[in-house]
Amino acid sequence: MFQLSTDASIALVAIAPFVAALLAPLLQRIARPFGGWVLALVPASMFLLLLQFVEPVVNGEVIAARIAWIPAFDLDLSFLVDGLSLTFAMTISGIGAFVVLYSGAYLKGHPQLGRFFAFLLAFMGAMLGLVLADNLLALFMFWELTSVTSFLLIGFDHTRQASRRGAIQALVITNIGGMGLLIGAILVHQVTGTWEMSALGDEIRSSVWYGLVLTAFLAAAFTKSAQVPFHFWLPNAMEAPTPVSAFLHSATMVQGGVYLLARTTTWLGGTPSWTLILACFGGATLLWGGLRALQQTDLKQMLAQTTIASLGLSVLLIGLGTKLAIAAMVIYFVAHAFYKAALFMTVGAIDHEAGTRDITLLGGLADKMPVTFIAAALAGLAMIGLPLTLGSFAKEEMYLGLLSWEWDDLVVLVVLIAGNALLAGVAMLIMVKPFLGPLLPTPKSAHEAPIAMLVGPILLGAASIVASLMTDWLGHTILEPGASAILGTPVESHLTLVINPASPLIWLSVLTWLLGYLVYRQASAMRTLMRRLASAMGWTADALFDVAIFALIRFSGAVTRFLHHGRLELYLVTVFAALAIALIVPPLVLNGYDVLLPTADLGVWPGRLGWPGLEIYEWGVIALGLFGLVAVLLSSSRLVAIVALGIQGTTVALIFLLFGAPDLAFTQLMVEILSVVILALVMTRLRLDERDHRQFEDLARDGTLALVCGAGVSLLLMVVLSGQLDTRLSDLFTATSVPIAHGRNIVNVILVDYRGFDTLGEIAVVMGAGIAIMVLLRRRPRPVVQPPAVQQPGEAAP
Amino acid sequence: MNTVIFRTIAPLIVSIMLVFSVYVLLRGHNEPGGGFIGGLIAASAIAVLGMADGVDSARRALRFDPLAIAGFGVFIAGLSGLLSLFTGAPFLTGLWFYLEIGRTIVPLSTPMVFDIGVYFVVFGTIAGIALALEDDGRRED
Repeated sequence: MFQLSTDASIALVAIAPFVAALLAPLLQRIARPFGGWVLALVPASMFLLLLQFVEPVVNGEVIAARIAWIPAFDLDLSFLVDGLSLTFAMTISGIGAFVVLYSGAYLKGHPQLGRFFAFLLAFMGAMLGLVLADNLLALFMFWELTSVTSFLLIGFDHTRQASRRGAIQALVITNIGGMGLLIGAILVHQVTGTWEMSALGDEIRSSVWYGLVLTAFLAAAFTKSAQVPFHFWLPNAMEAPTPVSAFLHSATMVQGGVYLLARTTTWLGGTPSWTLILACFGGATLLWGGLRALQQTDLKQMLAQTTIASLGLSVLLIGLGTKLAIAAMVIYFVAHAFYKAALFMTVGAIDHEAGTRDITLLGGLADKMPVTFIAAALAGLAMIGLPLTLGSFAKEEMYLGLLSWEWDDLVVLVVLIAGNALLAGVAMLIMVKPFLGPLLPTPKSAHEAPIAMLVGPILLGAASIVASLMTDWLGHTILEPGASAILGTPVESHLTLVINPASPLIWLSVLTWLLGYLVYRQASAMRTLMRRLASAMGWTADALFDVAIFALIRFSGAVTRFLHHGRLELYLVTVFAALAIALIVPPLVLNGYDVLLPTADLGVWPGRLGWPGLEIYEWGVIALGLFGLVAVLLSSSRLVAIVALGIQGTTVALIFLLFGAPDLAFTQLMVEILSVVILALVMTRLRLDERDHRQFEDLARDGTLALVCGAGVSLLLMVVLSGQLDTRLSDLFTATSVPIAHGRNIVNVILVDYRGFDTLGEIAVVMGAGIAIMVLLRRRPRPVVQPPAVQQPGEAAP
Repeated sequence: MNTVIFRTIAPLIVSIMLVFSVYVLLRGHNEPGGGFIGGLIAASAIAVLGMADGVDSARRALRFDPLAIAGFGVFIAGLSGLLSLFTGAPFLTGLWFYLEIGRTIVPLSTPMVFDIGVYFVVFGTIAGIALALEDDGRRED
């Protein structure tokens, strides 16, 4: 065994998946068909690496690691391993290993499998970074990375419109929350002066900004964790390949919001408004998700809706904030991650092997897919919360905290029982309906899934049971550190397998199961009822999202058409008018009208009117320039005008040459030649008239602009020449160009050495402009520019 | 443009221009010249070749897509700046190596590589634009 330093190994957990993501396509190509098995080693080794922290964390240690990121801004990539983050990180990496393994078989032979692995591993890295980060900005960065990578994963099947729409929706909704997180983080920094969450105490709660900070963080958590009314992106994200759903909607992505709430509890939670908001939103989400799950017939959609319900449950428990509620939430997170991932994977296996996942079309698969059935049954039992499963602990813990018979506790208790009963009913449907009863014909003749698709569900399903048997270990290693880290005070576990008939707990559980069974029996009736309700309502948050996106598209279309009207002459008028203003206004504002008069040091007024003492060839050059100017103005055809403009430019080059700027002259000459060539080519391409017919108004407008610009340039030159030139820079360049830059051509030395960074930016711009011009040239002209018709938000505007 | 005289002497002009552009590029550090102006000369050469010999033939002569050449230029310019990081100096610090071949000492430097990058960017971009314009003008006729 090799030993890594703590800092290094924590950082490795967050960073290694990204490196693995880069290598994944290559590895997949080499290791085919065992890419899944090989790449699953990455999350598995993350898991093993994290194992070393279990013992210290159980002993109450908090392990911090810090890597300087942008020291200039006091920003560090700081990571923190405590009970909460370790529970999340280990669940993520553990389930991640199974998901990677599963994907290899599920997407076997898919041409983009390597890319898929890359996205999946990058997503896992972002998620691990998110739960390990202590620095708020690092948290934000990883938060956004999860949004971006999940966008790639959800839209993986990018040729389908529904898939693109689901991806965009998830990105938009979770990014709105991401902005909230950024605002919240900045506010926290403004109030407390620190970016580290572990350094925060009561400052935020006692600050006047508490309301705003709370809103910002809740916006982030609620959008990410799909709380009503932001829940609608989650079912649409089911367009992703099933392994993605198994990962995103069990332990990762959507749990990000739950994690954020748990993480912020110590310094943001515990206030009456926190409890009220979280309990209301969480409770509403729980019931809504449970009811909507019954409305679905697609197994994956049913699971998606139960995920929404479970997220609501977790939020509700965090809102309650009692020791028992938090303990229940920690156990529930682990239990849910296990059974939900297992169920998604079994549903994927059914879909993969039977060719459909419509629950009404499936039945009697138990004989054909016995292992899948066992996995589904184990996970389903955990979801129902029967004794000897993790789910039962979670359920009893949450009920236990609400036995005070106060009216508010009673309301929450009723909501919890109703929600759990709905979830139990759905669980029964999913574990019974496809597998038992008469065998229904399926599109594919069903048979057992390959082993890589069975390992995950079976082990995860079994883990729910095994973990619950190791009651003490569970309480000591997961519940206590996790709950203590959330609350900031020690929490004692009192989990037991003993069933005490005298306690009301067992009877509440029995009530839940009975109600769940009732739901199961009446599923079709409730489905019909829910569908009628949905059609009576007429609109959904999902449809509202589309309306908002269409409105945005139309608005940006209108703005674009206003600013970008496509009339070249107006663009040019705008550009030159702006140039004229820029040239003339600043000198006038700075110096008043005096600039229009010659300055004192130029001597007497009339002296300036005399002929300057120029050599004869210099007069020749000036005459050439004048000739070019007159030719431009008088030329009858465009081509002549272009060439005449070239004469004008060449004259300028000659003047540069005569007055000691050979580099400039050289460049000017080449630019002149190329502009004449390119202008001539453009002219032939535009198929303009050979002659330039302009209305008098246009002539007056263009002429005035030209005169004003010319006068502006002259004015500017006069102002510059009449002032004292600051030669410090040029002196420095002259003095140092040979000794330190080894070059005698100062212009070139400046370009490639002193100001190389600028030049690097400029050549990048040159290339970018080249690409843009190329695109414009290659585009076939279209007859009429249509205003964008109503588009699906998934469609990029051409 | 399709006169016999032009088409006959164009390859000659083009080759002279290309050689001259390299000369201008390499002398740039001490005498008037440099990557920018060298790139412009080379791009004009390709534009002339395109007019005389046809765009397809000019593209074939280039062997690479002009934009790829421009991209390569940005790439090596950036890379020349990165080299200095290995010596612990900031990005884009000039490094000089003096290569002795017999009695001649050839100074090589990262600014020179950088300048060559500028040359390729200007050359690739302008030549690409010129060829695209010539191409479209011809095809529609």
